[in-house]
Amino acid sequence: MSSENRKDEIPSDGATANAGASGSRADKEKTLRGSDSRMATDRAFRRACVIIAGISVVILTFLLGSIVLQGLPSLSITLLTGTPEPEPSQAGAWPAIAGTVWVCTICALITLPIGIGTAVLIEEFRPKSRLGRRLLSLIQLNISNLAGVPSVVYGILGLTAFVSMFGLFGAAKNGEPAFEIGATYYDQFTNLASDPFLSMGIEDAEERYFLAPVAASSDPPTVPKSGMTMFEYIGETLEPVTINVVGAEDFPPTDPKELSLSVDGNSIPGRISEKAWYYFRLPFGRGVLAGALTLMLVILPVIIISSQEALRAVPSSLRDGARGLGATSWQVIWNITLPAASPGILTGSILAMSRAIGETAPILIIAGIVYIRNAPHHLMDSYTVLPLQIYNWTSRPQEEFHAIAAAGIVVLLVILLSFNAIAVILRQRMQNKVR
Amino acid sequence: MSRAVAESDASSNNLDARVNALLSRSRRNLGSTRLRELFIYAALIACGLFSLLITVSIIGVLLTETLRFFQFDEVTVGNFLGSAQWTPLLGATKSFGIWGLISGTLLVTGIAMALALPLGLITAIYLSEYAPRKVRDVLKPVLEILAGIPTVVYGFFALMTITPFLQWLHEGFNVYNAMSAGIARGPRCFPQVCSLAEDALHSVPKALRDGALGLGGTRFDATIKVILPAALSGIISAFLLAVARAIGETMIVALAAGSRPQATLDPRDEIQTMTGFMVQMAGGDVSNFGTEYFSMYAVAFTLFLITLSLTMLGNLVRRRFRETYE
Repeated sequence: MSSENRKDEIPSDGATANAGASGSRADKEKTLRGSDSRMATDRAFRRACVIIAGISVVILTFLLGSIVLQGLPSLSITLLTGTPEPEPSQAGAWPAIAGTVWVCTICALITLPIGIGTAVLIEEFRPKSRLGRRLLSLIQLNISNLAGVPSVVYGILGLTAFVSMFGLFGAAKNGEPAFEIGATYYDQFTNLASDPFLSMGIEDAEERYFLAPVAASSDPPTVPKSGMTMFEYIGETLEPVTINVVGAEDFPPTDPKELSLSVDGNSIPGRISEKAWYYFRLPFGRGVLAGALTLMLVILPVIIISSQEALRAVPSSLRDGARGLGATSWQVIWNITLPAASPGILTGSILAMSRAIGETAPILIIAGIVYIRNAPHHLMDSYTVLPLQIYNWTSRPQEEFHAIAAAGIVVLLVILLSFNAIAVILRQRMQNKVR
Repeated sequence: MSRAVAESDASSNNLDARVNALLSRSRRNLGSTRLRELFIYAALIACGLFSLLITVSIIGVLLTETLRFFQFDEVTVGNFLGSAQWTPLLGATKSFGIWGLISGTLLVTGIAMALALPLGLITAIYLSEYAPRKVRDVLKPVLEILAGIPTVVYGFFALMTITPFLQWLHEGFNVYNAMSAGIARGPRCFPQVCSLAEDALHSVPKALRDGALGLGGTRFDATIKVILPAALSGIISAFLLAVARAIGETMIVALAAGSRPQATLDPRDEIQTMTGFMVQMAGGDVSNFGTEYFSMYAVAFTLFLITLSLTMLGNLVRRRFRETYE
């Protein structure tokens, strides 16, 4: 088909080959005249097509090229392992990368069962009742409409449904949890030695912090008393210490050892909290779980639709064979259909996850732009994701941050392209298998 | 229990007992299998209903919060629907005219679509009617990658590369302008137009194509006079879905289009889209639970209604079309 096109100088040849019109001798003259201009149009159109189709390649090359050129100089180990410092040369994206891994892993764990389950329900079950059929077609229609909902709207839904949980837990408005498990609250006191005025020049008195456990976060501040047992971090473990309280009228002790154990009786402690890895709260707040659930809303329709296509591609003879052997609906699905469709489902799921990784708007809506220095430690921990960090850097005025943003984009694109590559390889393997 | 019955039978009649034992055992297994089937079926139905729940809660949340927005004294429905002045952050002279945001959205979408539609349609025609296999094998992944690149990357590209280029071309371009966001949105949308239009072209029966070619038409004739008209509804649906997608796109406009809502047709000027406003609200330090916070929901609801109606229309048109030929 492409070879006949090369013979531009002999239009009649092209006409015969392309259109397959042999044309009777009698009106050859007429046909040729007509076909001449039509062939010319066809060739011109084909050329225009090639050029326009080539534009997409040019755009991609230009896009990737300009970003790599801008980002390559800033690409460094610091970018991968560092925290987002305000100083451009030390800025890194480690918390963002860790946040992306957390959010997307949890999102995949929640979304895949629901998505594949819905696809199986629509594709594999033929309800006998009219109501059931109606329900299925309603679900199908609903999914194709959900796929068109802008992700930013899902962000708004996530903000209401997961972050504040429709305000069902009254305290949601100021972001405080109404219910929580796995948090321990402490009141933190500093000793007198940390105050240069009160320590009265006793040099070898060290600065120490004492923690007094509090039952609930809403309790009033602890009032320190002499002889009270508080805790102190020695390395990673909490050790009990007995403290000494100095009132406003008392003189601070002169013995350095005693001074380092003394606390001002009027001092107001700072409330700090320790959260275990299983920390859980209601409403979820602006944590990892809320982000993962919001991303679930975004990619659920994508996963359902691609899984449906994969299930549809399984030849029905396989199902009929299994059914003929007496297998129940679920036995057919579990032993025959799902294994046969699994490469397709996997490919679709990987592509959907790569979309989740790059999704910025919903995360921006529910998490906001916050300064995060640590990787998340529990499901309710605050977090940021790589695209959001890139957005943050891009929207800053300093040029240096733009270069770092470009480097961050390079990291993001490498992750996404490797996801895509895995999907493409899987698809090719699957095609080979079918052949 | 049943086994005990079977054993007592065994003393009287051996064959009967064995048959009974077999029957009772298989019946018991069947019972548990049925139970399991029922349980799994229920779980799957729950999965299916979950997607319905999402729609219901989107509509519920957006509707209630929008109603709450309209209960504020500063807000009137007439102002919201009849004005193009969107200034929710200007203390005393607050005005909530949604057209200020819709016009910005339409301007950027219009620019994007002016690029994406012809590009996407012609690429689709090329892929489906002309392209040899080798070209397809290259072009398809390129389009997939273009569609898979996150929008924040396009936003960066718009702000850092397209805008300086536009400013170099013409000095009137603002740092944030609608043109740059529209141009960056084009390549983001066109793979989608392309793949949907290609689907539509593909589902035209081969007989129509062969008929046109057999009558002596060139490929161009066949495409323009036969295949395109036959695939028209599919292509229209592709356009509608792509426009819906483009309207809801967020990060490019948030980065490149600016944050000054105004009803203008000048693509060199700074504008704000509906999505851009939502991002500004969520990302900024706007006091929670004021009028401007709830205006975010009203904007989201408007956006949702627009995209939903476009998507539904697109799906409807496509379904009609499919019924004609399948």
